[in-house]
Amino acid sequence: MARTILHIDLNNFYASVECLYRPELRGLPVAVTGDAAARHGIILAKNNVAKGCGVKTGEVIWQARQKCPGLVCLPPDFRKYLRFSRLARAIYEEYTDQVEPFGIDEAWLDVTGSTRLFGDGPAIADAIRRRLREELGVTASVGVSFNKIFAKLGSDMKKPDATTVIAAENFRELVWPLPVGELLYVGRSTRSKLANRAVYTVGDLAGRGVKALRLLLGVWGETLWHFANGLDDSPVRRGGEEGFVRSVGNSTTTPRDLLTDEDVKLIVFVLAESVAARLRRHGLKCRTVAIHVRDAELFTFERQGGLAAPSCVSGDIAARAMALFREHYRWEKPIRSLGVRGADLVTANGLTQLDLFAADAADREALERTVDGLRRRFGPYSVQRCALLQDRRLTGFNPKDDHVIHPISFFR
Amino acid sequence: MGKTFVKVTAEHDESGRIRPLSVTWTDGRRYGVDRVTDVRQAPSLKGGGLGVRYTCRIGGKEVYLFCDEGKWFVER
Repeated sequence: MARTILHIDLNNFYASVECLYRPELRGLPVAVTGDAAARHGIILAKNNVAKGCGVKTGEVIWQARQKCPGLVCLPPDFRKYLRFSRLARAIYEEYTDQVEPFGIDEAWLDVTGSTRLFGDGPAIADAIRRRLREELGVTASVGVSFNKIFAKLGSDMKKPDATTVIAAENFRELVWPLPVGELLYVGRSTRSKLANRAVYTVGDLAGRGVKALRLLLGVWGETLWHFANGLDDSPVRRGGEEGFVRSVGNSTTTPRDLLTDEDVKLIVFVLAESVAARLRRHGLKCRTVAIHVRDAELFTFERQGGLAAPSCVSGDIAARAMALFREHYRWEKPIRSLGVRGADLVTANGLTQLDLFAADAADREALERTVDGLRRRFGPYSVQRCALLQDRRLTGFNPKDDHVIHPISFFR
Repeated sequence: MGKTFVKVTAEHDESGRIRPLSVTWTDGRRYGVDRVTDVRQAPSLKGGGLGVRYTCRIGGKEVYLFCDEGKWFVER
């Protein structure tokens, strides 16, 4: 049976919410930007006036100011955005229980089972748009289609505050002329690989043989071919259904460039503590540690290595991460951003191989759980490693709670 | 354009419904709410922000009274 799937994209979400709270800014170019002093100074979102001046998301603030001299830059207030996101979700849930959020401002809804109650897909889409406008004061563009991929494409086609229908009868005319980069998961490198084979539009991709694409892109080729032909059958996850966790990681762009192993060690400790605390909260242990390093010229690499035994202790993770770092970084350039990730996860209550000679890991685990408890009761900075106090400006962030918004994968 | 936060005396009934009874303006004057004609979640386009909007009749005039997470304001 054909499904009816909606993809709802709240337009210029952060900027819309900020403008709603400051009516005096209406009509002015507004952007929500990261903290320039902490070197997160990029455009996170902009309103339509700023968009008209050519301001792009991800741009550095000064670049945007050159294009648009009167640009009003506001700091982000994630608490506010989460509240709106929650309220929007409450509206979606009045129409279906199958709501899958994709980031803070997007969601897929499977309304197949609700069409007899509320009317067909476009009718529900229009009703939700009206309610978002009247009850929350924000606009949304909605794509209505028979699979998630086309619904998402549809929501990008007409903005703001519009419904786009991509049906089985007309998707060839609507979707196939689009550049192939519009498709979910066709990024820069896939696009250039495809361009080498003269695949420029979604239609070109759909017309190619699956085998040729598999040779070119591996399993991805097959997946993308299915996407392009409207054969994607991935389900919309039910509300509250948590995706399976594959890895737990944290990263940060530091307030100043890191120059020495000591600097790196501080950041690695902060990140490893957050990763370990999150692993413990989910009852998991990791067997592999990965680090992600970006230098001052934005060259990025990732390296990973195994642990002797599965662990959710920050000391183990930090030590492995530092070993990886020392092994793979030659300090030709200072470092701008660092990440630590625990992968290859196992459940924590499983049986473990004991080590005859090493100290018992259970003690350290118990110690860290105690620290977790103290931090929960008295705040994240109540108990800290002494080393972190050497440079508070560098270590004064809390990756576990500061960043509530995690990018999520379509294939969870 | 803008908003003024005000002190509100309200009745909370058993089912959790809230009915504003009177509004105390910033200068201390107190206005009785004659009737509440509509209650809904809505953005305040003039004042900025979002909340539960009570459409009130106060002294013969229609006034939007907003409750934003426990803080009450009127549009100006």
